[in-house]
Amino acid sequence: MNKIVIENLTLQYSDGTESLHDISLDIVANATTVLFGPAGGGKSSLLRCLNRLNDLADVESVSGRIILDGENILDPNIDVIALRRKVGMVFARPVVLPFSIRGNLTYGLELAGEKRKSRHDEAIERSLKLAALWDEVHDRLDEPAIALSGGQQQRLCLARSLAQEPEVILLDEPTSGLDPISTAKVENALEELKKLYTVILVPHSVQQAARTSDFAAFFLQGKLIEYAPGTEIFTNPQNQRTEDYVTGRFG
Amino acid sequence: MNKILTKNRDLTQKLGFSLLTLMTLLTVIPIIGTVIYIIVQGAPAISWEFITGFPREGMREGGILPAIIGTFYLTLGTAVFSVPLGIAAAIYLSEYASENRLTRLIRLAIINLAGIPSVVYGLFGLGLFVLFLNFGTSILSASMTLSIMTLPVIISTTEEALRAVPQSFRTVSISLGGTRWQTIRRTVLPQALPGIITGVILGLERAAGETAPILFTGAAFFLPRLPHSPFDATMALPYHLFVISTQVPEMPIQIQYGTALVLLVFVLGMNVIATIIRSRARAKRQW
Ligand SMILES: Nc1ncnc2c1ncn2[C@@H]1O[C@H](COP(=O)(O)OP(=O)(O)OP(=O)(O)O)[C@@H](O)[C@H]1O
Ligand SMILES: [Mg+2]
Repeated sequence: MNKIVIENLTLQYSDGTESLHDISLDIVANATTVLFGPAGGGKSSLLRCLNRLNDLADVESVSGRIILDGENILDPNIDVIALRRKVGMVFARPVVLPFSIRGNLTYGLELAGEKRKSRHDEAIERSLKLAALWDEVHDRLDEPAIALSGGQQQRLCLARSLAQEPEVILLDEPTSGLDPISTAKVENALEELKKLYTVILVPHSVQQAARTSDFAAFFLQGKLIEYAPGTEIFTNPQNQRTEDYVTGRFG
Repeated sequence: MNKILTKNRDLTQKLGFSLLTLMTLLTVIPIIGTVIYIIVQGAPAISWEFITGFPREGMREGGILPAIIGTFYLTLGTAVFSVPLGIAAAIYLSEYASENRLTRLIRLAIINLAGIPSVVYGLFGLGLFVLFLNFGTSILSASMTLSIMTLPVIISTTEEALRAVPQSFRTVSISLGGTRWQTIRRTVLPQALPGIITGVILGLERAAGETAPILFTGAAFFLPRLPHSPFDATMALPYHLFVISTQVPEMPIQIQYGTALVLLVFVLGMNVIATIIRSRARAKRQW
């Protein structure tokens, strides 16, 4: 089932660069879709369209449609706040807010006006377990989040966006600064997550793309070059440029 | 050969450091010297009566209570007007306004406002608050005049403090479904608070020590009572110091230095508070 349908999405920043050109893409629910390709391909730009975080950037024009659960989220009249609760995001560098671990996890709930402690506690336990961090931090939730290791911080960021029960999770190179062990933990968590959510991941390497993807989309200079199930695109790419990239001939 | 070069470099480095230390000392010594001189000269005048009594014998005896209370009221009044306005303006400029000609113009105006001589503010206050708005020579007029003088300091230091908060905090907060105001209120402001408080106190400190802006707007030469309302004129420490140093013949010198010492303690006290708040908040800061 398609969770998100992207139709003819074109995006231009105010400096004139067309970062996304006529992208059409169906994103399947309860699967991991990987957006990969060389730097500057427009992967992050696309992710930021999906939760309208591009509203903060210098965007000159966006055209096309992004249908999430039957609603065009590019429509200026939609409830952006509700959208962002529904579509969580994890950034490349872990950005923990300057609060305790607990404070980070309940931040979104508090923004939404949820004050009940029982709800907070439920959300904390559930999200930490999903992010594979519960065992490491459950007995020190009130310590400053900044005291965690980089890998733990990134999983906390993941847990933070899970705490408000989103339906879609966007991850932009979430493991780019992490050691192999932390990376494996995050990847394992993602494997569990896709059972519950729709996961869209920009991987930090082709290997990670191959490991994690159910579906994979190859982006080159703002264009979608090839989109196929992961098993196909990494073993038997149809496009020459995809093949060159996947086999490491350029990148 | 190499050894000589290394030695040479060491020597230059040492020389450089000594020079810098010397320059630092040169700037610090006059300040410390002034403070010590005022303490030594003024301390003998300090007594319970001096702090809590009214001036007597044409101000040549007695205390300076009305001036102390007056400066306290003026500082408070300045805070009431300039702090909310200044912080609101800074939040608007740094968090809401987009970078364009208008905001650049506003910033330029704020910078230039900070450079205007204080006596000009005094004249402006006389024209606007005392005469045009008919607040008279009063604490209200003087506080408002001092507020206008203080605003640029508060706005620019607050803006700086807001800008020092990492942009990524805002992005994360927005991405979690926060509105702009929620983001500012819950994440940005608490982080910027120490910097804001420091700026506010620095601004108020300057206001507390100014003579020229209150000269035509609210300061009284001599008042044998405490002010009753914001529409009363008031004595104030800096103006009192000016009066007893230049306008009263046969003024005992120690009363002058005593007054200077009290003003100094008032202002330095605010400084100490600012430092304590800042270091406390630093210790708690989590990034
Ligand atoms: N906020 C912005 N303002 C202007 N141009 C931008 C902005 N963000 C991205 N771009 C431009 O859009 C193009 C695509 O950038 P984007 O960050 O989406 O690529 P990416 O595929 O995520 O690359 P990377 O692998 O380096 O993260 C680039 O040419 C970039 O310079
Ligand atoms: Mg990117």
